[in-house]
Amino acid sequence: MSTSDEKVKANGKTEKETPPEQEVREKGNGSGGPILFFFLVGFIASLLVGWIVFPRLLYSKKKQPIDFNHALHVETVEEGCASCHFFREDGSFSGVPKLAKCMECHEEAQGEDPEELKFVSEYVEKGREVPWLIYSRQPNCVFFSHAAHVRLAGMDCVTCHGPVGESTRTKPYEENRITGISRNIWGKSIAGIKRNPWDRMKMDDCAECHAKEAAKGAADLERPIDGFFNNIIRIAFPESLLGRKSSAQTRNEACFVCHK
Amino acid sequence: MKMDRRSFLSFVIGGAAGTALSPLPWKLTDDLAIWSQNWPWTPVPERGEVSFVKTTCMLCPGGCGVTVRKVGDRAVKIEGTKGHPVNDGGICILGLSGLQLLYGPARVPSPLRRAGERGQNRWEKLSWDEALSLVAERLAGLREKKLPHTVACISGTDTGTVPRLMERFLAAYGSPNFIRTPSMRDSYEMTLHLMQGVQASAGFDVEHADFILSFGSGILEGWGSPVRMFRAHSKWKETGVKVVQIEPRLSNTAAKSDKWIPVNPGSEGILALGLARVIVEESLYRKAFIDTYTSGLEAWTREVLGRWTPENVEQATGVDKSTLVALARSFAGARRPLAICGRGRGDTPGSIGEFMAVHALNALVGNINRKGGVWAVPDPDYIQWPEVETDAVAAAGLQQGRIDGAGSKKYIHARHLLHRLPEIVDASDPSVVQALFVLEANPYYTLPDRDLLKKAWKKIPFIVSFSSFMDETARNADLILPNPMYLERYEDVPYARGFNKPLIGLAKPVTAPQFNTLPTGDVLIRLARALGDPVAGAFPWENYEQCLSETLQDMWEPLQETGYQVASDFEPGSGSGAFDTASGKFEFNPEKAREAAAHVSVQARGEAPGYPLILIPSDSMRRATGYIGDPPFVVKTVPETVLKGNDLLVEINPETAKALGLSEGKRAVLKTPKGQARVRVHLFHGVAPGVVAMPTGLGHQAYDAYLAGKGVNFNDLIAAVEDGASGLNAAWGIRAKLSRA
Repeated sequence: MSTSDEKVKANGKTEKETPPEQEVREKGNGSGGPILFFFLVGFIASLLVGWIVFPRLLYSKKKQPIDFNHALHVETVEEGCASCHFFREDGSFSGVPKLAKCMECHEEAQGEDPEELKFVSEYVEKGREVPWLIYSRQPNCVFFSHAAHVRLAGMDCVTCHGPVGESTRTKPYEENRITGISRNIWGKSIAGIKRNPWDRMKMDDCAECHAKEAAKGAADLERPIDGFFNNIIRIAFPESLLGRKSSAQTRNEACFVCHK
Repeated sequence: MKMDRRSFLSFVIGGAAGTALSPLPWKLTDDLAIWSQNWPWTPVPERGEVSFVKTTCMLCPGGCGVTVRKVGDRAVKIEGTKGHPVNDGGICILGLSGLQLLYGPARVPSPLRRAGERGQNRWEKLSWDEALSLVAERLAGLREKKLPHTVACISGTDTGTVPRLMERFLAAYGSPNFIRTPSMRDSYEMTLHLMQGVQASAGFDVEHADFILSFGSGILEGWGSPVRMFRAHSKWKETGVKVVQIEPRLSNTAAKSDKWIPVNPGSEGILALGLARVIVEESLYRKAFIDTYTSGLEAWTREVLGRWTPENVEQATGVDKSTLVALARSFAGARRPLAICGRGRGDTPGSIGEFMAVHALNALVGNINRKGGVWAVPDPDYIQWPEVETDAVAAAGLQQGRIDGAGSKKYIHARHLLHRLPEIVDASDPSVVQALFVLEANPYYTLPDRDLLKKAWKKIPFIVSFSSFMDETARNADLILPNPMYLERYEDVPYARGFNKPLIGLAKPVTAPQFNTLPTGDVLIRLARALGDPVAGAFPWENYEQCLSETLQDMWEPLQETGYQVASDFEPGSGSGAFDTASGKFEFNPEKAREAAAHVSVQARGEAPGYPLILIPSDSMRRATGYIGDPPFVVKTVPETVLKGNDLLVEINPETAKALGLSEGKRAVLKTPKGQARVRVHLFHGVAPGVVAMPTGLGHQAYDAYLAGKGVNFNDLIAAVEDGASGLNAAWGIRAKLSRA
């Protein structure tokens, strides 16, 4: 059936005049060496591409318009992160401060720092908003309420954002060329491995914490009686509010709690 | 070492294995999933701070308060303002679509000068300085030739500082020709003027009436202030208030009324006189009110009501005697009955005889300036500017009298007669209008009689539109000086159609202007300055905002806060001063009464043999008919029984269809003495045999691709019919012929 095989053989014969023994060897099971070699070449090359080349190609690097010193600001302000990243009156979170907020202190340059001078001349004087690149911006399909996590659950900024407040410089902003989303969402590690809770901000990371919290509530050792009765209710009335799985992801219409 | 087939395959397999063990496929899958949810054409909500701006809707004369929700600088939603006296949190379909007008493709981007022929839609952008000097030169030239009176302005309204600045500009320049677009406001004003001796707008205390007798008013089609009427209607249903709808077609209002009385088209006024006669004959009127506050009932009964015996009324209206008598008794028997008129939305004035007859019905039951009745709402008086000082040229121009004849001996009580303009311009040579300004109006679409309008339009050498949108008038103008649209500018709105208390709304900028626009108030101030004294002297303000804030004085600050000011304790009263007639009382039989009654029902144009059918308009909330055309969202709500593809469907009775050999959806040619159009037919038992009902508000040629070219413009097929008594356009329809296409 395979005529090409014969052709190769014929060509080999005419061009190189391979001795018959060798031909037999190649035809038989003795060709393992080169085949394994090529397998390894392909294997290693693709590993290199997948682990090293691909991540470099996937992300573009951008510099922040101003090299911002968080540590310096945290020292000066009174209310920590909330001094600039505050909740608005209606409970929505303001995120990265607008120029007006910065201008409360920096209407004029306060020091000699070239970055501050640049900020004042380029943005304050011209009345332009600073086009900050936001590391933690989720895709548009995600709805996230800071109020629920910070005000109700009393979480710290650091839990999800890391010790940003201690940084003295802004790191380069790496943007995924396909999605336009910051690398911080997937995490620095291309394998998706994280050491700290703030290393990644994918849905699995939300789920991980939510699952933990849910489990904590179910087996609250400080209130064993509650837990006992709750478990009985769960078993007896699986359709009741308590009976349903308490994970946000498996409740009815739960998708739309976080997905727009 | 050479690469043979097997080596190549093992290389590929190795590559596949390595790839599978690398993050590449998993990461790519995830990225592609996110990418596919973030395509640039997917609408994405803005991020930013949410804020609300309270302003006033200016898309119709309803005067509703609206609250615009903003995220950052982007307006994202329009809602009704809670607690607003007119609409209290409600909003209509057009009002909530306002953002499509703000951000939509129909906007005029900058001052434009015509580059091709009129209507070709070829434009050249120019700067505001260039545009204003063009107008100033033209105006200075006309003044030099002592022709200031040949400048005219067509305006959507005459109340508020901007129309008043325009009127003032014309007066200082030397022209009396400030012309308001026609509507039932004209006839109601004239009715109040004749019967009560006041200059006022009619307000209706609909919330407190307990019997509604509507002579063709589209309570659910946009009559009055639409949201207010919808709310009142719901309240009537809850409290058991009876609604009787007198109308030739089964409109939404008729369908939801307690009783629908179909009448012969155009005969509603006769029915009103017939009802009045029954009430007088059976002494069902409120004696106390009649004796104390009215005069002339006897003479009116003798001279006007005499001929309208129930038999005659039955013959003219098609409503049988017993229905007439029963209706008169239940109307007069109600505690606070209210009669209203103005057909459909009230876009045409109608005959003054009809309005006076309906108003007299209210007087017979004592429901004038009373709870649940018709109130005379005085025009607001906060605009107190110094008298305009004119020079000799301006004085001579003002002496010329108005081009439309309003206020002349023949049309002594009329204030604006726009429908007469095309004929007069067409008949004059050179044109009596040398320069035309169009402010918040779209006469090229709304005026009847297309052919005449086109001829007249051609004769006017210089037409300037101030429109924010590329409407039909703007497209057929020589120069467009775009006003920021209502969500981008300051303007006072001291009128809410049919509202019974003095009210001032303030429109204010919700967002920064999206285009290179300039408020018309500023245009006028700058034009005046360019023209020099005496025109400049009449405009002492730096800019329009200063003019507005100084004019509103103490009200400026609170208006910014709340968006409106209402005189909530306003009571017109029936006592002395309420009626400023010669007798000091309500006049049943003023000088014009007999003449008006003689023209109570005007004839439709056209003769029966050639045009066997009667064509009447039908209005709907889903089709804007005024200066504004339907935004895309509203167009989408027009049902297939009205608009199929680009074809308009007219309604005919199945009997008519059978006689003409037509069936549902079939194409036909609709011909009137004024034009013809290709339509389809929709069979509907809600119109009488012999009547064709045509949806209004369609057939636009301009605006955007979502509206242009859809359906037929009703105004193209009709003609104005002048009311012999008032001079107003009393047309309610036209004779027509429908044939298979």
